[in-house]
Amino acid sequence: MDKYYITHLQELESEAIFILREVAAQFENPVVLFSGGKDSILLGWLSMKAFSPAKIPYPLMHVDTGHNFDETIEYRDMFIEKIGARLVVASVQESVDNGRVQDETGKYASRNVAQTTTLLDAIESHKFDCAVGGARRDEEKARAKERFFSHRDEFGQWDPKNQRPELWNLFNAKKNLGEHFRVFPLSNWTEMDVWQYIALEQIPIPSIYFAHKRKVVHRDGIMLAVSPYVQIDEGDKVEELVVRCRTVGDLTSTGVWKSDASTVEDIIKEVAASRITERGGRFDDKRSETSMEDRKIKGYF
Amino acid sequence: MDTKNYLNMELLRFTTAGSVDDGKSTLIGRLLYDSKGIFEDQLEAVKRTSEKKGLENVDLALLTDGLRAEREQGITIDVAYRYFATPKRKFIIADTPGHVQYTRNMVTGASTANLALILVDARHGVVEQTKRHSYIASLLKIPHLVLCVNKMDLVDYEEERFDEIVNDFKGFAAKMDIKDVRFVPISALDGDNIVERSQNMDWYKGGTLLHLLETIHISSDYNHQDPRLPVQYVIRPQKIEGYHDYRGFAGRIASGIFRTGESVTVLPSGFSSKIKSIKNLNMDVKEAFPPMSISVELEDEIDISRGDMIVKPNNQPNMGQDIDAMMCWFDDKPLALGGKYILQHTSNEARAMVKDIVYKMDINHLNRDSEDKEIKTNDIFRVKLRTTKPLFYDGYKKNRVSGSIILIDENKNTTVAAGMIR
Repeated sequence: MDKYYITHLQELESEAIFILREVAAQFENPVVLFSGGKDSILLGWLSMKAFSPAKIPYPLMHVDTGHNFDETIEYRDMFIEKIGARLVVASVQESVDNGRVQDETGKYASRNVAQTTTLLDAIESHKFDCAVGGARRDEEKARAKERFFSHRDEFGQWDPKNQRPELWNLFNAKKNLGEHFRVFPLSNWTEMDVWQYIALEQIPIPSIYFAHKRKVVHRDGIMLAVSPYVQIDEGDKVEELVVRCRTVGDLTSTGVWKSDASTVEDIIKEVAASRITERGGRFDDKRSETSMEDRKIKGYF
Repeated sequence: MDTKNYLNMELLRFTTAGSVDDGKSTLIGRLLYDSKGIFEDQLEAVKRTSEKKGLENVDLALLTDGLRAEREQGITIDVAYRYFATPKRKFIIADTPGHVQYTRNMVTGASTANLALILVDARHGVVEQTKRHSYIASLLKIPHLVLCVNKMDLVDYEEERFDEIVNDFKGFAAKMDIKDVRFVPISALDGDNIVERSQNMDWYKGGTLLHLLETIHISSDYNHQDPRLPVQYVIRPQKIEGYHDYRGFAGRIASGIFRTGESVTVLPSGFSSKIKSIKNLNMDVKEAFPPMSISVELEDEIDISRGDMIVKPNNQPNMGQDIDAMMCWFDDKPLALGGKYILQHTSNEARAMVKDIVYKMDINHLNRDSEDKEIKTNDIFRVKLRTTKPLFYDGYKKNRVSGSIILIDENKNTTVAAGMIR
């Protein structure tokens, strides 16, 4: 290989940075969605690099379901300070309190659907014209069809059959008043790329990604962390195991996996050997074959 | 797999076009499966759906036909992106439908590809669809083309048949501008010459398809001769110690090599200065090249904003308002002669008026039609545009970044056409 070549991680990084700078240039009031998961951590990290030595020109927003792993919130506040960003919190609890959404009840209750309302309300009240997310095309088949720049109508809805073609590195961000865009700089990254980049850049990540002892409850082939938000009935099998999270969402929908991985290099080895997708442990995706497409059309990520 | 390999892997983007009949899905399925690009839960889901539909074999197309409409109708409508990696390279496949009514999707998938993979059925040889796909690959200037002669098992693995198809294709490709063409005889169903060498075709001395994809030389695909940095964003730190006067002109290098200390000219102002520093993100570097995202600082204070271009004094792009381009039309509404559109080119934007349609291409037979000037969805044509302000551009043949444009409908805001400047 000759001198003027860059590695695949450098090329993905350069592409993501290009998209983030395009966001800052083409939109008036963009925001990056931050969940505390590894993909949104990467967005924060790349934002820091894209505008260095200046500060990140847009805020990060956490749509807080209130059902978080404690470690996520601790990590969030540490990370935001480290990258010198501004944080906005949109609370699902507030949406529940002021009657915008109703909490689901029963054994499978989650705030996964409710958070779409909170997100759309926050986009409207802050007048954000672009929400940047960490979704990747390798995650899920409906996301595989997503554009880098994805147009949303005034109801925040996605029209998958009528998407704008994207060619070269020319991104069309034209829209009418009241409409907004979702932008996905990590579209071309795979789970493996994300972990390799985290290892390379030595980005700190929340401790729940590493193996730790935790009480879990078995439910339909998935293990959920025991918490006040997960209903446990008589006959449910609860045990203490050494586990880790492969994705980080809220407590009611994120499965945990048996694992001994205690370093990022261990995780990379585990991902390389894994034969199950990372969203294989997500309860929210299992509701139906098109559950991601249905939620996305309504404005979910 | 040695997990540290990733520090040295390259990225190859390739495009495929075709329908289920060509064995395209089987081929991609095999590449993905053999390189662990498909996971068990995905495969299980596809198996279940295939059984439900009463199919005999597992239909791997279901893997990426991600939208409900696609699954219901059993067709690929949109470009699907798939990912896999070997210890040597990471691959991004832009998988597009192959029929003529999806020309615009093929053009989209081809716009960022280093390589086009075209399949022919050994029994049928070079057909209309092969010619159409090859034409699009040459129009979009994809540097490498691999012609896979598939279903060799159905012609008894005959060397003569393979040679016949190769010669046929070479005769046809001579009329087009394709730099690098390779040929591989395969059987996607049985895996011959995909990952493993075929036991049935001793006469074939070349590498397997995967070997080719892993080793084809791509770092010279970028233009390293003509320095062009479209300014995307201006970085101005406020109240940050040590950077009070810093102004970084950020962008992704389109072509050429930039070095600190060298003279540069800024367009459209024409002012010159020297490069004081180059930041590859937060690291200071002495030189930078495509496709790096960088920011440069100049010795002199010059007014520079988004849409400007930093170049070398002795190597400047064309500058003008009359643009001659080959174009592909995307929109359902036909192109309006005399119509006005928004034009995007690098980080620059202008309005453009359609002055003339020179000819339309019949992409099945590669004939030019100068009579029929009605441009509808999927048409490929040559057009003359007049812009409201000068563009700084190169011919697409020389530079895929500074030679490409899109047109946007002023009312609907949709992207209606893609163009390659002549």
